[in-house]
Amino acid sequence: MSPMLTINNLSVSVEGKPILNGLTLEVGAGEVHAIMGPNGSGKSTLAHVLAGRPGYEVTSGSVTYEGRDLLAMAPQERAREGVFLGFQYPVEIPGVNNVYLLKAAVNAARKQRSLAEVDAFDFLGLVRDKMRLMHMEDSFLSRGVNEGFSGGEKKRNEILQMLVLEPKLAILDETDSGLDIDALKVVAAGVNSLRAPQRSFVLVTHYQRLLEYVVPDFVHVLVRGRIARSGDKSLAVELERRGYDWVSGEAA
Amino acid sequence: MSETAKQLEALIARGYRHGFVTDIDADTVAPGLDEDVVRLISKKKGEPAFLTEWRLRALRHWLTMKEPHWAHLRVAPIDYQAISYYSAPKAKKGGPKSLADVDPKLLETYEKLGVPLHERARLAGVAVDAVFDSVSVATTFKERLSAAGVVFCPFSEAVRSHPELIEQYLGSVVPYSDNFFATLNSAVFSDGSFVYVPKGVRCPMELSTYFRINAMNTGQFERTLIIADAGASVSYLEGCSAPQRDENQLHAAVVELIALEDAYIKYSTVQNWYPGDVNGVGGIYNFVTKRGECRGRNSHISWTQVETGSAITWKYPSCVLRGAGSIGEFYSVATVNNHQQADTGTKMIHIGRDTRSTIISKGISAGRGQNTYRGLVKILPSAQSARNFTQCDSLLMGGECGAHTFPYVEVKNPSATVEHEASTSKISDDQLFYLLARGIAEEDAVNMIVSGFCKSVFKELPMEFAVEAQKLLAVSLEGAVG
Repeated sequence: MSPMLTINNLSVSVEGKPILNGLTLEVGAGEVHAIMGPNGSGKSTLAHVLAGRPGYEVTSGSVTYEGRDLLAMAPQERAREGVFLGFQYPVEIPGVNNVYLLKAAVNAARKQRSLAEVDAFDFLGLVRDKMRLMHMEDSFLSRGVNEGFSGGEKKRNEILQMLVLEPKLAILDETDSGLDIDALKVVAAGVNSLRAPQRSFVLVTHYQRLLEYVVPDFVHVLVRGRIARSGDKSLAVELERRGYDWVSGEAA
Repeated sequence: MSETAKQLEALIARGYRHGFVTDIDADTVAPGLDEDVVRLISKKKGEPAFLTEWRLRALRHWLTMKEPHWAHLRVAPIDYQAISYYSAPKAKKGGPKSLADVDPKLLETYEKLGVPLHERARLAGVAVDAVFDSVSVATTFKERLSAAGVVFCPFSEAVRSHPELIEQYLGSVVPYSDNFFATLNSAVFSDGSFVYVPKGVRCPMELSTYFRINAMNTGQFERTLIIADAGASVSYLEGCSAPQRDENQLHAAVVELIALEDAYIKYSTVQNWYPGDVNGVGGIYNFVTKRGECRGRNSHISWTQVETGSAITWKYPSCVLRGAGSIGEFYSVATVNNHQQADTGTKMIHIGRDTRSTIISKGISAGRGQNTYRGLVKILPSAQSARNFTQCDSLLMGGECGAHTFPYVEVKNPSATVEHEASTSKISDDQLFYLLARGIAEEDAVNMIVSGFCKSVFKELPMEFAVEAQKLLAVSLEGAVG
């Protein structure tokens, strides 16, 4: 069986400056991959390119998602086909109700599959269940998207959206940054609850802390826009001990 | 410009959807304005002498006035002698008695506009007084309203059926000498709506008038007068649209509201006059005077407006807070796209003690539109412990539009509390991408952000109109992000 996601020799520039330099990665169904690396190594760029953010120029290489050319798909199309990006810095959208956005997102994906819109009552029940898992207050439902949320609330909201949307490929961009240990555990529990044989995760993270709670199948270290080293979860532990210079030095 | 923005730009202008012309015989007076024309209008409408005289006084005063040019607007010269001041659809003998007598073409027009004249209206609980050019053609729900004692009829009918109310209240809030356009209206006003809610009566349904300009080269000068007697309450909605033409058309209406002791008047407008094309050709000049007076103690007047149309909008729905403890509110969303210009806002005149006012203004500018908020909060020496809260927010879409704010505050009583908040923001690429990354289509994403921005105003609209307003906003801003 072909992998869910195949990134082949991908090079990406932002405003003429090369960020990713021939990155190659395969993510199979059901696998959890952690992408680690020092600041500026291209981790977030990778996450954004996969989600289709404008402003990133692909100069060479290809990305195949479920046999389709991912880079040829518009961002909204990728989302509807099951690609989810958990943002590092979720934006506030004042006045737009959280539940309204969740429902619009779910219905957009359902429409793609020619399914009827969700029943509003059932949907609310589902959202409440997921909210409990994320330790979120009921009042969250009627608040504006990320409006006045603390950093931790915003991250939990990203995971909540993921739980409700049930993507096939979840890319979480530094979801652990800025979380205290309790919030980190809640976020990890949310991610773990969604692990399934047909669902894959790409966890972009600077620290191995998250990986104690969400145990990855593979760990990759990104240095200057390409994967310098891959291994299993023990690589993350070793990185923590020896620091990124260890890998950076080797890669140079 | 981002990729998304470029794609959106390409979607610009699905075009104005109400721009059709109804082919119907009209009784139109030759263009021009003098005392004979005013007398002719008054005679055609069978008005009593006091009203004819009032019109003539207005005309004589108007001839001494100059067109105002203080607003932040570019207005092409208007030739007032080239306008026809009266146009009525030719009636089959003596005018329609019921919907069945109404010209089917007219009904078709209302169908296209989505005015709920038939059973739908009953379901929606809306009573409609439809004004087609200068004459009301159908009034629904009269019986239910008259059972409650509410008078809701065309202005010209009220002149005949309730002349004493007209004589007592007409011009008592907006005098005929008020301003250039109000004075012109006083001389030549054609028709409009009249509402009287008697003492202690809560009007059993939303009242709604749908004005429509159809005939070519006619100005429309409606006059609306709403009186809520002591303890009465009423909610009134005005919706507007006009056919698409290359010439500019003048719309100079006057609305007067009077709230007596403990009375409540809620006046909502969804304005969708033809805004002109993408190059700024054609469109309605919407120069309107709207003012309400909280005459009695603890009375309450609330203006809500959603302005998406017109080439030029010049209007300041205002409240004179005379009664002690009275409340004035102004909630506004004003949108400009392409070459539209809007100079709108409100005046809150605090006269009575413990009067309170709230102003929430949301301006959205797109294309090359120019949007101006102009407001006056005036606290007179008699207004002990008056309070005002003002919030003005502007949302910019693209780099060629403009937002301007002119808040004037005059406080003559030191016990007053006046607060003002203002903000200007842009729809950011970050917000747009966030929604796209959740699978939301581009247009829906823009609409979602804009609707969120306007939420605090939309929630003031009656439910069914809030939905309509949201849709209108979506249409008028189609493809306007950058």
